[in-house]
Amino acid sequence: MTVAIVHLGAGNTASVQFALERLGAEAVITADPAVIADAERLVLPGVGAAGYAMARMADLGLTDIIKGFERPLIGLCLGQQLLFETSEENGGATMLGFIPGEVRRLDVGPDRPVPHMGWTKLEGLKDDPILEGVSPGAYAYFVHSFVCPDTDATIACADYGTEVPAMVRTGNRWGCQFHPERSARAGARILQNFLSLSI
Amino acid sequence: MTARRIIPCLDVKDGRVVKGVRFEGHTDMGDAAELAARYRDEGADELVFYDITASPEGRTLDYGWVRSIARLLDIPFCVAGGIRTVDQAAACLDNGADKVSINSPALERPELITEMADRLGSQCVVVGVDSRREDGEYVVHKYTGDPNARRLAGRRTLDWLVEAQALGAGEIVLNCIDQDGVRAGYDTAQLSEARSRLTIPLIASGGAGAVSHFLDVFDRANVSGALAASVFHTGAIRIPDLKASLAASGVEMRS
Repeated sequence: MTVAIVHLGAGNTASVQFALERLGAEAVITADPAVIADAERLVLPGVGAAGYAMARMADLGLTDIIKGFERPLIGLCLGQQLLFETSEENGGATMLGFIPGEVRRLDVGPDRPVPHMGWTKLEGLKDDPILEGVSPGAYAYFVHSFVCPDTDATIACADYGTEVPAMVRTGNRWGCQFHPERSARAGARILQNFLSLSI
Repeated sequence: MTARRIIPCLDVKDGRVVKGVRFEGHTDMGDAAELAARYRDEGADELVFYDITASPEGRTLDYGWVRSIARLLDIPFCVAGGIRTVDQAAACLDNGADKVSINSPALERPELITEMADRLGSQCVVVGVDSRREDGEYVVHKYTGDPNARRLAGRRTLDWLVEAQALGAGEIVLNCIDQDGVRAGYDTAQLSEARSRLTIPLIASGGAGAVSHFLDVFDRANVSGALAASVFHTGAIRIPDLKASLAASGVEMRS
């Protein structure tokens, strides 16, 4: 099983690689279009801001390859946000558009700090192979200041004063707003499920 | 909701964990990787590794070592010590750290916070602040890793916290030096005041000596997490016991 982790710049790519290696997968961090096109699994990790990540993707000639990838793909943190149409981050960005809607700044009132940083329960788990063996109420580690819109694609959510879509799915593409590579047992299970998907 | 975080801090010198009282008189507490794995297994929510001699010695931390820790952990961790450029911070993240904490270099050149936030995102930029009460005011100290190099930074703590947040910090660790290593409890008055000025997460540091101190700081200062070192390293407080006790008192803990 070869997993390509798309390298768009400094970010949490190594920790994702190490988590996949702990599960026995061969994971490479790469920006090579040929390697990405041939991979059995694709990971879009969270790097910088939405506009920056999309610009890097275009500069590296990866946008169409990622859009056309037919095997399982997962976006992590910002990577989940990139699956949506647009983001209001840094004055606006057009993204991959697999799921309709705009990613917006977290608006949670004065009682909760932003970024949403820490361990929050996963709730409202849908019946999806990537969530197999994950219990409702399992904690996952979140770090984000922007939040995806709640759509039909939401398969798990988290409560942070507002409904946070914690995981999404559309066809062969999944997203995690939290960091599965840093979410202890539940995160490892989700990554294991991602490696085991048969579609 | 979001669980309050229990964060063991590992002050590292040459791969060994050390701990002193009020930052002085360091004693060896064991191998850093071994302790990190133990805390991971015991339910720590996050770890902080602080290379305490890097900044005073004018060097940065060992990226290979960061990488070896990243392979070991499935919980987030933050590294600190001698990070003074965006490239150095980026290298820490590239080697698997989740966040970087800057202290003295941010005081010397506050724009560093903005440069790091712009390139790496605010969420991985932690500003550590060493604060002590002098003449009735909270003031910032720098180079606290080395008593000989340590000096006043010429800033009021609360002003600096607000400035750091405005410049792009994603989290503040407020280390109350009067309390550090003496196990008399967190400085809940100072932390509470800091909390009221900030919109980003605040982590309490300095003074943990008993389970009740953690309960106090979550109840009274509403901090997102509590950092401690010696009580965990010596085994005076076991993390599973601490978390069970806090959960029984109504503090949300990751189970």
